[in-house]
Parts: sequence; structure tokens; C-alpha cells
Amino acid sequence: MAEIQSYTMNFGPQHPAAHGVLRLVLEMEGEVIQKADPHIGLLHRATEKLAESKPFNQSIGYMDRLDYVSMMCNEHAYVLAIEKLLGVTPPRRAQYIRVMFDEITRVLNHLMWLGAHGLDIGAMTVFLLAFKEREDLMDCYEAVSGTRMHATYYRPGGVHRDLPAEMPKYQASRWRSQKDADRLNEARAGGLLDFIEDFTQRFPKAIDEYETLLTDNRIWKQRTVNIGVVSPERAMQLGFSGPMLRGSGIAWDLRKQQPYEVYQEVDFDIPVGVNGDCYDRYLVRIEELRQSNRIVAQCVEWLKKNPGPVMVADAKVRPPRRENMKGDMESLIHHFKLMTEGYCVPEGETYAAVEAPKGEFGIYLVSDGANKPYRLKCRAPGFAHIAALEEMVTGHMLADVVAVIGTQDIVFGEIDR
Amino acid sequence: MSAQSADSELDAQSSSANLESWVARLIELTSGAARRVAALPGDVCIECDPSAWLAVATALRDHPALRFEVLIDLAGVDYLQFGESEWKTQRATGSGFSRGRHAQSETVDVAAFGGRPGRFAVTVQLLSITHNRRLTLRSFCADHDEPMLDSLVSVWASANWFEREAFDLFGILFRGHPDLRRLLTDYGFIGHPFRKDFPLIGNVEVRYDPRKQRVVYEPVSIEPRVLVPRVIREDNRYDPALIEQRNG
Repeated sequence: MAEIQSYTMNFGPQHPAAHGVLRLVLEMEGEVIQKADPHIGLLHRATEKLAESKPFNQSIGYMDRLDYVSMMCNEHAYVLAIEKLLGVTPPRRAQYIRVMFDEITRVLNHLMWLGAHGLDIGAMTVFLLAFKEREDLMDCYEAVSGTRMHATYYRPGGVHRDLPAEMPKYQASRWRSQKDADRLNEARAGGLLDFIEDFTQRFPKAIDEYETLLTDNRIWKQRTVNIGVVSPERAMQLGFSGPMLRGSGIAWDLRKQQPYEVYQEVDFDIPVGVNGDCYDRYLVRIEELRQSNRIVAQCVEWLKKNPGPVMVADAKVRPPRRENMKGDMESLIHHFKLMTEGYCVPEGETYAAVEAPKGEFGIYLVSDGANKPYRLKCRAPGFAHIAALEEMVTGHMLADVVAVIGTQDIVFGEIDR
Repeated sequence: MSAQSADSELDAQSSSANLESWVARLIELTSGAARRVAALPGDVCIECDPSAWLAVATALRDHPALRFEVLIDLAGVDYLQFGESEWKTQRATGSGFSRGRHAQSETVDVAAFGGRPGRFAVTVQLLSITHNRRLTLRSFCADHDEPMLDSLVSVWASANWFEREAFDLFGILFRGHPDLRRLLTDYGFIGHPFRKDFPLIGNVEVRYDPRKQRVVYEPVSIEPRVLVPRVIREDNRYDPALIEQRNG
């Protein structure tokens, strides 16, 4: 029988472990990867070019759809870039709300990652458990913005509106008994902040539960330990950020090193890995869940004590109140101008970055003084990570490709943009 | 590790005077090849000629006082229509403003580019983890028909895909790039979609043809439509002279 030396294999674009629409052309020798060529762009929507054709505020919603599992963090970078060019600073309460929702988003993202990563390499249960907690956080999104995912909540100069004093409640129906509804409504008696506070109290237990399933699990360790090892030097060369960089042992986190909003005022730690393999990155992200929970709890405490405005007073940026528009000519004009033409941003360029759950999400914004961006470039953390996929999987088995894609926390919304 | 983090804290707390001296040192270390350009307070942006691109990048990475280990981002910019307004309203009118908008220039006017030295620029965001610094490095490609720049892949491995993207979307060529293929657009795509003279709606559309039993490409059937014209307002709040006057 003729012996086949090496062969080419298509992985995706429709493969459940490809996390979306990744087409990976693999050159294999037996079960071992010799070369991997990721083909991306199947989800390319030209978000950056679309943003150039609209007033600044109309693109906030597009940012949600980039990395569609860490929505508000993307908005945050975009809004920060505009604020830098406009020279406005949001009120403190808005900053705390942003930090709180950034961390809620981080938990949302890491839970999605944990579930999907587990499912990819053979741990089914954790997916179901992770989605239970995710549901509560989605409710927080919904309470504050009206949508479960694509919130469009942040605005240049603050956030769209203050936190609601009442949490929406479940109702009994043909499918849900009164008893079930009452049980679900237990934590929803108060406002949003009470609901989040209740969540922060029970979440550490949930993390322990995930850990009992994975951390010392023999199969989990066999699939992740010493897989996709990246040295700290290579991690920097390859432009890694976030847990991918910290997993390799570099203590770098924008929230600590270049703090934005009020991160310098909250207390939290940065977990760092040692070996730079999939298992260390798993441990780093699990610890980040705990730290995010800590930050959220601190923000809730502050927000409960300090009421105040959540948007700057500048009428050139902030839309007027509805009731004022009925009787005040100036408010009416401002509303009309803001909703049609938008505001002009002074000429200049800047780069603003936030520590998104996946790494450094940055916005490079060039303005020529118009009401639309002249050039917008989204720096997606996943883009640099997937560019390094070939280096990480070469020499590994086919099954490890799935583990590496999982550990990179790939989302195609941000990579293809 | 602890010594390093103490260092970076010092760096982060640097005052603006500290920043100034650092920038002066930075320019000196690139042996004068780079010059500082205006940026927002706190941001540092330097520019260099295409011929010095690679040398400046290498110096930024290797010199112990700079140590920009990470290339965070690389973006192409097309300055073709920079500063052009679609709807000019400088004077009052007795008859009302026209609702028509001025189409933006789609022909290459060498004198324009918003006063920039070239049409295409490549902007690189650098990060020094050792010193906790950020830096924007930029260069304008000399030629606007065939914009070309040296590839940074040999300096930072992460430049690989970023340069492929800039080539795909802007048609900027990177000399010495190991694998300059298209990255984001379709297989067999024609043109560079992020150039300002490329229409927002594109040139072709795809649909499934049941007779041929395959996907076919056809010229776009939709009309371009602008809902909000691009407007540049003269805003006194952002006038540099007035700001200076106000600050006294």
C-alpha cells in the first residue's frame, strides 16, 4: 500500500469548535500539524468603514457587535477615544457604573469562554452551569439598557441613563408556576444594585463549583497542561494581551498599569501564570472571575452611597431632557442638531485602549473636525492571538488545535470586524 | 518582578515636564530620524521618513531606555478626503440652504491630502511593558499610486497580520513581508475597500443563481445614499488660539 506522507485538511468554516467562521487549512503528517493557515474574514462587515459614514454616536451600537460576548467593553474603548478628542470627562458616578459594567462584562465573557472551552475539549456540564449565572448578568444588561446583549449603553460623556431603582420581575404563566416565579423573584425585590449585590454574594460559590469540575480533573489536565506553550518573550513579540499575556507570566494589566476611569480606586489583584500553557491560562481566567466579582461588589457599595449625575452637563454632547424640549426652544434646537447632524469632534487623532476580557481592545480614531470619524481602527485582541495560532499549534495533534482555539478565546466578531 | 513594577509606577506618575524630557531623549536616540508631531496632551506621536522606518523601529525596540517590546496595532490611513466637507454653510441665507450635498473628490489631487505629505500613512501603536509607555509612530508613503513601506515583521512578529490587513484594505505594499496575501476580503476580491475612493456599497454583490447552481457576482444594484452629510463646523471651543487666550 502506498504511504501518504502529508495531507491537507480543512478545519471549518462550519465546525462547532471553530468558534464561528474560522477556516483553518491544516497540513498534517498523520495526526501531527505541520502547518496551519487560518483564513479569516468570513464575518468581515467593514465596521470601520461604516463608522466613517455615520455621526459618532450612531456607531456605538456597532461596537457591541464586534466582540459580541464582551459588548460594553468595546463601547467603552470607542467612547473613551471620543472623550479624549472632545476633552470631556464623565461624572464620577458614570465612571463607577462603567467600571461595574466592564467587570460584569468580563464575568459574562469568561463564563461563555469557560463553557465553550469545556465543551470543546470534553467537559459538558460546566457549560450548563456557566449559563445559569450568565442569565442573571444578562438580566442586569436588560434592566439597564433594555437589551440582553447589544446594550448601546455608554455614551461620550457618561452613560445613557442611571441605574433603575426597580428590577423587572418574572410573572407566573402557563409554563411557570407562581411558586417558581416567586423563587426567581426573590433576589429581584429591590433595585438593580441589590440584585447585583446578591449576585456577588452567591457567585464565588458558583466559581468553586466550576473548579471542582475542572481544576483537578485528570482528563481536563491531560487536555490542557503543556498544550500551546508560549514563552513570555514570544508572547510580547506576537502582540499578546490580556490573559494570553498574563498566562505566560507577564504581570501586565491596563487596569493596574495605565488605569482609566476609577480602577485606581478599587482593590483587586492581577493573576499571573507560570508555564504559559492552556492550563495556566485557564487558571488565570478563573481567578479573574473572582477578582471581577470583588470589583463589582466594591462598585455596588460606592454607587449605593453616592447618587449623582451620570452624564456631563455640556448641552453640545448630551441630549436634552424630554420634558424640557416641550417648552424650551434651546433644548429643542439642541435635540434637533444632536439627533440629525450630531456633534463635531475637533481635529486630531488618538488611541484609547481598555482591558477587555480578551486583552487590549483599542480604538485608533482620526478626526478632521467633522461630525463623523475620518478613520476608525479597532484593535482587537483576538486578531493578534489568532495570527499566532500557527505558531501555537505546529507540532501538536489535531485535537489540540481545538484546545488552543478555546484557550485563545476566539470571537470572530472582533477579528473580522 | 517587584523592582520592575516599582519602575513602571514611577513612569506612570511622570509629570508633563518628565514626558517632555523623555520625548527629547527619544528623538535623540533615533539619531534625529524621527520628529515629534502634535498630539493630544499625554499622547506622544513621532513621524519619520519611509527610508528610516525600519531603523527607527529597530531602535525603538532595542534601546534599553525605550524597549518598545510590543507592537499593539498597525493601521493604514487614506488622507484623500481629509478636511473635506459635504455641506458648507458658512454664510447666512435668505432663501434657505440647499439640501444637496457636494460629492467628495474621488480623483487624486496631489495638492490636497489635508496638508499631509502623502496620501497614505501607516500608523503604529507601540507599547513598552518595561517602561510603561505608549508611542505612536507614523510614516507617509512617498508614492500614492504604489504606496510602499518596509515591513516590520522582522522587528515585531505581530506586524505580520496587521500588515496583511493594511495591504488588503488600503493597498499599501510592505517590502520584505514574508507572505503578503489578502486577509479579510473575499477570495478573488478586486480593489482595496477602505480607500476613500472605494464606494461604501462596494462594486459587486453576490447571489445564488439557481440555474447555474452556484453563487454569482453581479454589479451592485443598490444606489449609494447619504443620510447625514459630513459637516465640519467652525467651533470656537476648539480653536487653539482661543483656548490659549482663555488659559491666559
